[in-house]
Amino acid sequence: MAKYLIGLYDDEDKLLAAVEAIQKQGVPIHEVCTPFPVHGLDQALHLKKSRLPDAAFVYGALGTLTALSMQIYMYTIDWPVNIGGKSHLPFPSFIPITFELTVLFAGVLMFLSYLYVNRLYPGRKARVYDPRQTDDMMVIAISDEKVWDQAKALFQSTGAVEAKIVEL
Amino acid sequence: MFESPIREPLILGRKTYRQITDDLVAPILGPASWKWYLTTAFTAAVMFAGFGAIAYTIWVGIGTWGLNKTVGWAFDITNFVFWIGIGHAGTLISAILLLFRQRWRMAINRAAEAMTIFAVICAGLFPIIHMGRPWLVFWFLPLPNTHGSLWVNFNSPLLWDVFAISTYFTISVLFWYTGLIPDLAMVRDRAKPGSFAHKLYSILSFGWTGTAKQWQRFEAVSLVLAGLSTPLVLSVHSIVSFDFATSILPGWHTTIFPPYFVAGAIFSGFGMVLTLMIITREVLNLKDYITLEHIDAMAKVTLATGMMVGFAYATEFFIAWYSGSYWERYIFLNRAFGPYWWSYWAMVSCNLLIPQVFWFKKLRRSPWFVFIISIFVNIGMWFERFVIIVTSLHRDFLASSWRMYAPTWVEVTILVGTFGLFLTLYLLFARYLPVIAAAETKSILKTSGDQYAGLSWEAYQAQKRQGAISPALQPTMNPNHPQS
Repeated sequence: MAKYLIGLYDDEDKLLAAVEAIQKQGVPIHEVCTPFPVHGLDQALHLKKSRLPDAAFVYGALGTLTALSMQIYMYTIDWPVNIGGKSHLPFPSFIPITFELTVLFAGVLMFLSYLYVNRLYPGRKARVYDPRQTDDMMVIAISDEKVWDQAKALFQSTGAVEAKIVEL
Repeated sequence: MFESPIREPLILGRKTYRQITDDLVAPILGPASWKWYLTTAFTAAVMFAGFGAIAYTIWVGIGTWGLNKTVGWAFDITNFVFWIGIGHAGTLISAILLLFRQRWRMAINRAAEAMTIFAVICAGLFPIIHMGRPWLVFWFLPLPNTHGSLWVNFNSPLLWDVFAISTYFTISVLFWYTGLIPDLAMVRDRAKPGSFAHKLYSILSFGWTGTAKQWQRFEAVSLVLAGLSTPLVLSVHSIVSFDFATSILPGWHTTIFPPYFVAGAIFSGFGMVLTLMIITREVLNLKDYITLEHIDAMAKVTLATGMMVGFAYATEFFIAWYSGSYWERYIFLNRAFGPYWWSYWAMVSCNLLIPQVFWFKKLRRSPWFVFIISIFVNIGMWFERFVIIVTSLHRDFLASSWRMYAPTWVEVTILVGTFGLFLTLYLLFARYLPVIAAAETKSILKTSGDQYAGLSWEAYQAQKRQGAISPALQPTMNPNHPQS
């Protein structure tokens, strides 16, 4: 069980201004939860760019290689079947399946990576500061007890609707 | 921020974030009406009738169908292509319109993606039951086997189809579920703690809380999945068209097929989206989210793709004449004036002629009128596949083997049964999952809500009526938006 001071905001522009003001004072923000993606919040919190798209590229390349090596192994090396005298290495015929497996690998593995890095899985208990955080309220959570007083004042001055201490 | 008043608001009723949650959660956590139970019971009954016909087919054999030695492919493949096509609008709306930053997709992408998934389920039934021995379906897969490891034929477009459609289904489900997770968390936090709904939506929402980092990754994943789905959706129907185009049969052996099939798929998909969304907005009371602007935009897409399809019909005829190929010419003349002339003209009138009414703004904005036209689109696109498949086959190279084809009650029941399956799944979706992407709708509220978008719509209309706004439609400063 950990205690957090949370400030609730009802507007994303107020939230962005508040995040900036709080960081300017050197108060460490533990987490910000919003009901929808707020543009500019990741920059305001200095979050690093997600590397999931890079991972997707690698997964896609893996799919391409898998598809090509599978088809060449089965159709050209392991059991070359004579179908009307056609080529045993019909490269153009391999392209549709190669494309599909590229997309399949990139999509599925990226989705699984996304769940993994976010620690999302069925049955995980959600750590919800306030049930309104998926509804209409944006939450700034501060974990460091030493700065709570300062943070509370900052919440009030930046237009927070509510500030309270919660235990998760 | 500058907002042009010509952009109509996409969310009406001066909604707050709270109201959006209320409106979308109400049908899920509230009790279902008796009408919902009645409709679902009816569609489920139709679905089970279809399952019965499928069981009969498998028990007795493909001989229960109206196929003969000349027309070996008919109703089942028509239905397969029809249902795959229906699915395409969902991916178009969620992926291609996301890449084009079209905000109007937000209100309809969830339901359209759900339709994609359900339509692909319906489509996937047909190749399996048409095998006659569906327990051998795994022969489609490149598995080591007891035939001396004789592998599948990678030259066959039917095999490409297996990969294309299973990939399409998987990616569509993942894309759909990625968007659903935050909204399921919204339902979870609204449900009474300890209740069954709370437990159910806790499991389904995977413990989502909506931290800034989660949203950042969410957006990255959505964008990449959209980028992957865009070529995927084009490839799927191209590969479906290869089933025909790579054959040597006149009427099928046509290079125009891939783009023609993709345009037709989007056309038929939008027809189905319009049919279902016009009912959904009425029943679930979502007229503030699925506005006339949305119906207008979808009608425009329908008109454009309908004319692409019409252009393809004309091109096919021209090329048949220009090719100088005797058989090619005969097949096309036979399509339009042969014994199946009625199916050809049903197709042309439903797909090309009737959607021309969408040139008129007034008609595009009359939901019930659009609804009727969308039914015609559904019928027309079913006939398009029937025309392509049956009329090309029934009079083949040898006049003595010419045959007519008519479906039996078994085939008709299976087709009707897939509609039951599709609608049952859609009704369950509309009852238990948020039909509109709530988080995404909230994220556009400040740019597209009627209290924020430029001048308010009524104020703009009122000023226009008084002649206070010049037709030049200058961008206005939005006084409500704090970033202005």
